[in-house]
Amino acid sequence: MDFLRPAGWAEALAAKAEHPAAVPIAGGTDLMVEINFDHRRPEYLLDLNRVAELQEWGTDGGSVRLGASVPYARIVAELRGALPGLARAAHTVASPQIRNRGGVGGNLGTASPAGDAHPALLAAGAEVEVESVRGSRRIPIDEFFTGVKRNALAPDELIKWVHVKKATGPQEFSKVGTRNAMVIAVCAFGIALHPDTRTVRTGIGSAAPTPVRAAAAEEFLTAALAEGNFWDSGRTLPPALAAQFAELAAGACNPIDDVRGSARYRRHAVGVMARRTLGWTWESYRRGTAGPTRGEGAA
Amino acid sequence: MRVTFTVNGREQQADDVWEGESLLYVLRERMGLPGSKNACEQGECGSCTVRLDGVPVCACLVAAGQAEGRDVVTVEGLAGDGLSAVQQAFVDAGAVQCGFCTPGLLVAADDLLEQNPSPSDADIREGLSGNLCRCTGYEKILDAVRLAAARRGEGA
Amino acid sequence: MSEVTRIPTDLRQGSQTAGGIGESKLRPDGTLKVTGEFAYSSDLWHEDMIWGHTLRSPHAHAEIVSVDTSAALAQAGVYAVLTYDDLPAEQKNYGLEIADTPALAAGRVRHHGEPVALVAADHPETARRAAAKIRVEWRELPLVTDEESALAPDAPVLHPGRTDGHARHVPHPNVVHRQPIVRGDAAAAALRADHIVTGEYEFGMQDQAFLGPESGLAVPAEDGGVDLYVATQWLHADRRQIAPVLGLPEDKVRMTLSGVGGAFGGREDLSMQIHACLLALRTGKPVKMVYDRFESFFGHVHRHPARIRYEHGVTADGRITHARCRIVLDGGAYASSTPAVVGNAASLSMGPYVVEDVEIEAVGLYTNNPPCGAMRGFGAVQACFAYEAQMDRLAAAVGMDPVAFRQLNAMSQGSRLPTGQQVDSPAPVAEILRRVQARPLPPERQWESAGGAADVRALPGGLSNTTHGEDVVRGVGYAVGIKNVGFSEGFDDFSTARVRLEAAGGEPVATVHTAAAEVGQGGVTVQAQIARTELGVAQVVIAPADTRVGSAGSTSASRQTYMTGGAVRNACAAVREQVLALGRRKLGTYHPAWATAELLLEGGKVVTDRGEVLADLADVLDGEPPVDVELPFRHRPTEPFDIETGQGFGHVQYSFAAHRAVVEVDTALGLVKVVELACAQDVGKALNPLSVVGQIQGGTTQGLGVAVMEEIVVDPATARVRNPSFTDYLIPTILDTPAIPVDVLELADPHAPYGLRGVGEASTLSATPAVLAAIRQATGLALTRTPVRPEHLTGT
Repeated sequence: MDFLRPAGWAEALAAKAEHPAAVPIAGGTDLMVEINFDHRRPEYLLDLNRVAELQEWGTDGGSVRLGASVPYARIVAELRGALPGLARAAHTVASPQIRNRGGVGGNLGTASPAGDAHPALLAAGAEVEVESVRGSRRIPIDEFFTGVKRNALAPDELIKWVHVKKATGPQEFSKVGTRNAMVIAVCAFGIALHPDTRTVRTGIGSAAPTPVRAAAAEEFLTAALAEGNFWDSGRTLPPALAAQFAELAAGACNPIDDVRGSARYRRHAVGVMARRTLGWTWESYRRGTAGPTRGEGAA
Repeated sequence: MRVTFTVNGREQQADDVWEGESLLYVLRERMGLPGSKNACEQGECGSCTVRLDGVPVCACLVAAGQAEGRDVVTVEGLAGDGLSAVQQAFVDAGAVQCGFCTPGLLVAADDLLEQNPSPSDADIREGLSGNLCRCTGYEKILDAVRLAAARRGEGA
Repeated sequence: MSEVTRIPTDLRQGSQTAGGIGESKLRPDGTLKVTGEFAYSSDLWHEDMIWGHTLRSPHAHAEIVSVDTSAALAQAGVYAVLTYDDLPAEQKNYGLEIADTPALAAGRVRHHGEPVALVAADHPETARRAAAKIRVEWRELPLVTDEESALAPDAPVLHPGRTDGHARHVPHPNVVHRQPIVRGDAAAAALRADHIVTGEYEFGMQDQAFLGPESGLAVPAEDGGVDLYVATQWLHADRRQIAPVLGLPEDKVRMTLSGVGGAFGGREDLSMQIHACLLALRTGKPVKMVYDRFESFFGHVHRHPARIRYEHGVTADGRITHARCRIVLDGGAYASSTPAVVGNAASLSMGPYVVEDVEIEAVGLYTNNPPCGAMRGFGAVQACFAYEAQMDRLAAAVGMDPVAFRQLNAMSQGSRLPTGQQVDSPAPVAEILRRVQARPLPPERQWESAGGAADVRALPGGLSNTTHGEDVVRGVGYAVGIKNVGFSEGFDDFSTARVRLEAAGGEPVATVHTAAAEVGQGGVTVQAQIARTELGVAQVVIAPADTRVGSAGSTSASRQTYMTGGAVRNACAAVREQVLALGRRKLGTYHPAWATAELLLEGGKVVTDRGEVLADLADVLDGEPPVDVELPFRHRPTEPFDIETGQGFGHVQYSFAAHRAVVEVDTALGLVKVVELACAQDVGKALNPLSVVGQIQGGTTQGLGVAVMEEIVVDPATARVRNPSFTDYLIPTILDTPAIPVDVLELADPHAPYGLRGVGEASTLSATPAVLAAIRQATGLALTRTPVRPEHLTGT
């Protein structure tokens, strides 16, 4: 095993070009577990901790440009206004210690269906900017996940930034685990209302081979909200509408039975979370607020 | 490889470090600082919590090479002339049984009180939710953090 | 609240000495533990030390056709590779009760993760890489995974040719032990019943999940022996099993207790002890072994999963008429403590209730599942979960309040167990139930903060933000349990203490030396308190626990304060007598009271029972050799249960705890938040009240864990463990653990030292059924299995 320690982004890209098998390590929260438990022995470790760009976030007009290694704790503390869905998801990640280390880039790199950031990024409509010595490109989040723990990165590419539109409406994230903290998702659901485009987007975690959107549910809801003039009237959503949305969201799942939960439960729970999070976001929209933060506590 | 970083205010160096070693292993087995504990080595228990450039992290998930040139504080660095307020409170409140979770909890609690000098019970629970304890049922750990907060408040 | 909660014990000696029993004296090891200096077994280091590693079986049942270690041996940095063929002695097996466990697999593995080969190398990674090069050719064998497959006509016999003491009476060689209990006439009594309630229950496999993984250091000695530093619960039982496999006499295996990172029963069996010694003796180098969390799940036994069937009858006015019960415990591949678990399950299966007419059968199986053995409250825990579910259903059948129903049927002092044994000390079952019920309930809807937004930390799902109060329903449940204290069934249970008293620097100093394993419970604190009380000295040194002193027995069965506490008290009393004799000899002529009064040691002085000071203790001891006494202590003898009827004076003492659980359940998602778990427990005498409460809260939390999240999941098709990690074997975090208010009763047991009752386990029993009862109340579901999963609560 070799430890590559680039001092900056250009060096990191050069190292990755020279050693495409090199495994990037930033927060280490996935990779070090695999190394400690002898599940993986990469030929090269590519340490990204020294790459300053990855630790920063900024804004480009209506978007946040989020460095791949900005730790979840900072997303919770600094971005809950601009990216409320992602901040909420970040707050559910593992433990305070992990939130101090891990960032969205690692979640995307591992591309586990259980990654907590994914449903929020899907719902927000993020773009992942990846780069290699050959140049950079932006991959829409919808095209990023290509299989179980597989993503659209080429062997010589690294994740640099994630571009996420600033929220124009309420966003929520909810995840089921069998413990009240420090738990991997049995399944998860993210929702974002986009009043500017009068659309709704969603993301589902741990209920299909990859993180997915509930496309039929989104289409149904977007159409129903337009038809019923809900965006303008701010009326309460009829329970039947929320129920239909929930059912369609559950239908978007293609889950498996595993040690964390049954397929049937996952489908059921995604429906419950879809109904609830729609209720929370819509109530928040009606009240004209960006969504109250609850239980943020000391974070 | 060689790794050099500052631990508890002192520069330390380790040679012949295997690239897959964690910061935890280097601290425990190469630097004579076994206070940080090896309970799970998967970031699920908090027993190895140390401060890395001031921020509490699981030392088991930091690759040794990533610590190069950085500043690490372990449980061994908490005490000054006497025990720190948090350490003394853990002893006094009966928050220590087997003690294997204690070092990580102390580093986490120390940080919690630094961020939030008078935390509510819910804040304490959230702040320590990354540290497993199997002996105490956590009640006396809550007592200890409340006690440390009160004592720090008096001392301020 | 004028209830008598304390029967005072008559204690004259030591009542004036500070730091004695009854005080919440702080731990002597507390400072070392908060500074990080306390040396746990994984912290050890030795010059020239190398690392041991274990190759384990990927199969649950397979024949080892061949093993090729040549590639591993050829690797640079490797010092030794050992297999079964390298075991040096005739004795290849070890075991706590039955020596059925091969030190290294003997041509066949019987469970997933069984040790097959050992490697010693210069670095853990070298050892892992070498182990990966060991080529094992396997031939998989048919699996035995449950009672049906274990007892099938063509079932593979897992341990052919058994010669153990249970082999003769078991119905099948895959049954480790069977204990029936028959008392009265259940069939006749059933005719009096107005309602019959039957239920089938299942208890999942729990892990001790102590935080300090199995580890230790073996140092070869010049005399051909070995010094072993290790975390264990019972040094002498370890040595008794280790030495024959090494081919050494016991006195050449010298053991010292290292810091123990929790135990809970999981360190009662051997893990890496023999392996580290084998490697050290082979290489001539100190060998350190440290399991990681993955390996730890394979490195120790677990709590027996159980299938339990009950039938209870009840009259219309709420009296239990009779009971029938069958408890099947899966012991896994090796016996470990299974016979004792069977005995506990059978003898305590009626709970703390008066049931005169019973037919009981408990069975422990050999299967290819992970070996199961000791965990806090064993046998009694599984039964309590099931009989308490029955009690709620019986109460419902006759329309009674569940607490009132329990109180009506509760045992009390003088009641008889189904074994015929009379309970001859306080049994405040009705009172502890009354106490938990009388507590005010915690406020409802605590998640509603002043601002109106829900605080998810106070809701089911917690930080995962699954509900803001939707579908959340509260439930309240009660349970009570009975646990035996100490070793039962005729076992020669003893502990040994050596106490030395001497003058040092003009002060009397006592040194207490025992082999009792301090595993976190605070035994070292209590031993010093007892020595202060008995010898009236301020300074007490607790010597490291090792095998240079007699056995202390195991730190298990809630027994160490009773047994080693009793041993320290006895040894101190003998020291006191010798010191007073010395005083009479040296100073007796100075005061007539030396000869005529009853003399005590208080505050470093010899005083009369009227408080008159006769001498400084230091002056008595000055210039004399230390007064030094080593004595064993035994509790009153017990007897085995009759193998046909289960009758017999089998237990020494009982411990009782009751819980009230308050839960809030998200009924749509099936997530549970335990809001409060109040406990009342009788401890006889709280030698250290702070530690007593800590034990009760810790035990309660382990009971909570197995109610809602903790289970080792074994794939029934392969008998492989599916979740050997802290990612998927979940134990409660501080956000899962509620307030645990504790009511401590002190009703002295006249048979026990200071009237104390062992406290370590009782709270683990009743916590689980109380939580289950509360969830049942909230959801209306039957819930016959623990742990409860969201799937069970949502019908998915």
